[in-house]
Amino acid sequence: MNVKTEAAPQKATPTVGLLVTCLVDVFRPQVGFAAVRLLEDAGCRVAVPETQTCCGQPAFNSGARADAKAIAKQVVETFEGFDYVVGPSGSCISTLRCHYPELLADEAEWRQRAEAFAGRCHELMRFLTDVMGVERVTAQYAARATYHDSCSGLRELGIRHQPRNLLASVQGLALRELEDSDACCGFGGTFCVKYPEISERMVSDKVAGIQAVDAEVLLGGDLGCLLNIGGRLRRLGSPVRVFHAAEVLADMTDGPAIGEPEK
Amino acid sequence: MKVRSAAFKENARAALGDEALQAALAKAKGGFVDKRRIAVEGLPEFDAIRDVAIEIKEHTLSHLDYYLEQYESQVIASGGQVHWARTPKEACEAVVAICRQAGGRRIIKGKSMVGEEIGINEALGAAEFEVMETDLGEYIIQLAEEPPSHIIAPAVHKTRDQISDLFQAHHGKYGLTERVTEVATIVNEARQVLRDIFIAGEIGITGANFLIADTGSNVLVTNEGNGDLTSTLPRVHIVTASIEKVVPTLEDATTILRLLGRSATGQEITSYTTFSTGPRRAEDLDGPEEYHVVLVDNGRSELLATEYRHMLRCIRCGACLNHCPVYGAIGGHAYGWVYPGPMGSVLTPLMVGLTDTVDLPNACTLNGRCRDVCPMRIPLPDMLRAHRERAHAQGIGGGLFGIGLSLWAWLAKRPSLYRLAADRFSAFLGARGRKAGAFRSLPFAGAWTASRDLPAPARVSFARQWRRRQAENK
Repeated sequence: MNVKTEAAPQKATPTVGLLVTCLVDVFRPQVGFAAVRLLEDAGCRVAVPETQTCCGQPAFNSGARADAKAIAKQVVETFEGFDYVVGPSGSCISTLRCHYPELLADEAEWRQRAEAFAGRCHELMRFLTDVMGVERVTAQYAARATYHDSCSGLRELGIRHQPRNLLASVQGLALRELEDSDACCGFGGTFCVKYPEISERMVSDKVAGIQAVDAEVLLGGDLGCLLNIGGRLRRLGSPVRVFHAAEVLADMTDGPAIGEPEK
Repeated sequence: MKVRSAAFKENARAALGDEALQAALAKAKGGFVDKRRIAVEGLPEFDAIRDVAIEIKEHTLSHLDYYLEQYESQVIASGGQVHWARTPKEACEAVVAICRQAGGRRIIKGKSMVGEEIGINEALGAAEFEVMETDLGEYIIQLAEEPPSHIIAPAVHKTRDQISDLFQAHHGKYGLTERVTEVATIVNEARQVLRDIFIAGEIGITGANFLIADTGSNVLVTNEGNGDLTSTLPRVHIVTASIEKVVPTLEDATTILRLLGRSATGQEITSYTTFSTGPRRAEDLDGPEEYHVVLVDNGRSELLATEYRHMLRCIRCGACLNHCPVYGAIGGHAYGWVYPGPMGSVLTPLMVGLTDTVDLPNACTLNGRCRDVCPMRIPLPDMLRAHRERAHAQGIGGGLFGIGLSLWAWLAKRPSLYRLAADRFSAFLGARGRKAGAFRSLPFAGAWTASRDLPAPARVSFARQWRRRQAENK
C-alpha cells in the first residue's frame, strides 16, 4: 500500500535536478545512474547540473559556518530553477531541506530563497513514493536482505517505510528486519576518522546485527553508511554484499557490490 | 571534581578495552531503551504531555526571576532559609557554613547531580565532615572512590562481581564475613549498613527534582526511599538545587513527573516521590528542625539569553545517555566530568570552558536519537553543532583535520576546480583500487583503514560518465 503524503506535481513531467552527492560521484557512480533510471521511469525529466560539488554538510557539522553558508548559496543557485531537487541520500537532502533555511536565516533574501527551495528538496525514495506515487518497480534480485536506516533520513525526513515498500516489489528479494535498524552505524561523516575506535565499536555492533539475521545483502539509502558498514564487513572477510537500495530498485545488481573486486 | 575531558580520546580508548565496563554497559543498554519504549507506548498522550511540559518550562524560564523570588518567599514563610550561590565555591561555602553552625559532623546525602557539579563532597571532606552517600549506586561508587558514570544510575559501570569485591573490602568493619554475590543479599547487606548510617546522620543533604514556587516545596524522586530518610531523620535538611529546577505550581511538577519516570527508567512513577516543605512544624510527627535551600546558578542565568537556553529545560532523566551510541560504547567516565552523554557534552563546555572539552561536542555522529527521546525535546544535536561553531571560530582543536577541511571547502566553492580534483582523485585511486575492490590501507586514511577496508573509488566519476553519455545521446 502506498500513500502520497506530498502534493502531487503540477506538471505531468516535472523537471528534477539530481543532486548526485560528492560520495556517489566518486565512490559509486552507479547509484547516480540508478537514481536517473528510477526518476525517468517515474515520469520525470532529469538534469544533472555540472557545477554541483557538495551540499556543504562536512563544513556545517564541523562548525565552519561561513564555508557552509557559501556552499549552501551555491547549491540554491545551482538547483532552484528545477521543479524538484532529488538526491540518493537522506543525509545530504536533510542538509538542504532542514538546515539551509536555518543556516541562511540571518540574510533576509537568502532565507526566503532557502525556505522556498527547501520544500522542493527530496530524498530519492521518499520522492518516488510520496510525491510521484510510485508503488512498485520492475526489478529482480533473489537474496535475503536487510535494511539499515540512516539517521538523518530516518529522523529528519521520516524515511522508513518508503524504501521498504518499494523493495517489497523487487522479485525474489526477502527483507528481514535488522534489530536496532535505527541505531547509528558509526559513520557520522568526519566522526569515523576523528574517533575511529568508537566508530569501530558502533560499526561492529551493526555488523553483528546483520549477521544475527543471517542476511546475504545489506541495503541502505546513504552511501556514507554503506561505505562504512561495507568496509567493516570486508575487513572481517564477510560475504555479505552491500548495495544502495536505489541500485536494487533500478535492477542494477549485476556488477560488483560496494567494495567488491571487479569481475 | 577535576576536569579530565581533555583526555577524552585516551579515556575512550581505555573504556573500549575495559572488559568489565563493556559487560556492564552491554547489560544496561537494552534494559533502559526497552523499558522506556514500553512505558511511552503505554501512554498515548505522552507527546501531548511533552508539549505542555515544554510550555511550562519555557514559561518559567521567561519569568525565572519572578518564580525564584516567589519560591524564596514561600520557603521563608514555611520557616526555611534560602541561600543564593552564584558559583560552585559560594554554594559549597554556604553548605559548609550551615553544617558548621548546625554543630554535627555526620552528614548523610541523597543523590544529587548539582552536588557533584559544585563538588560538595570534596568541600565537606576538606572541612572535616564525614559524608555518607545513601543512594545504593552512590554508596557503591563512594566505596570505590569514583565519580558517577550516569546521572540516574551512578554505578551502572560496575558489574555485580566488582560490587561484591567492594563490599568484601569495606564491610569487614560492619561484621561482614562472607562474600555477598546475589543481588538480594548485596542489597540487604547495604540496607543493614545504611540503616545505622541513617540513624546516626545529623545533617541530611539532598538535591531536588523540582522546586515549587507556589508552595516553597522541593520534590525528590527516588526508588529506594533514601531521599525521604535523608530529608526527615537528621536535625538539619539542606537542599542543593540549581535555579532552573523551579516550576510555578504543584500541578506543573506533577505534569513533568509523568514524563520523568517514563523517560528515565520506564517507570510510570518512581517508588518514592517526596515533597518537603520547610522544617518540622509543632504538630508534625517527624522532619528536620532546620530547612535550608542552597540555590546554585553556576552560569545558568547567563545561558538564558543564548542559543543554549533550551538546555535549561533538561530534567536530568538520562534518556539521552541511554540512547546515545557513543555513551553506550564508552560509558560515562570517559567524558571526564560530572555530566556525560549528549546532555553532558552540551553542559560541560558551558560550565568548565570549551578549551579542554572540545572533544565532547565533536565525539557525536549527530544521529539525533537523543533529540528524539528527550522528553523536553531539547535540540541537543543543534547545540553540539553550536559548540563546534564556537570552537571553529576560536580556533580550538582544529589541527591538521581543520586544515584539510578548509582545503576541501575551498575546493567545494570552486566548481570547475572541484570537478578537476574529484575526477583526478577518482581516476587515480580507481586505477589502483578497483581491481581489488577496496583498500586495506592507504596513506592519510589510517584512521579509516585501521578497522575497515576503504571501498575503492570508481575509475571514472559519475560526472565524467554523465558528460560522455550526454555527448553520445546528442
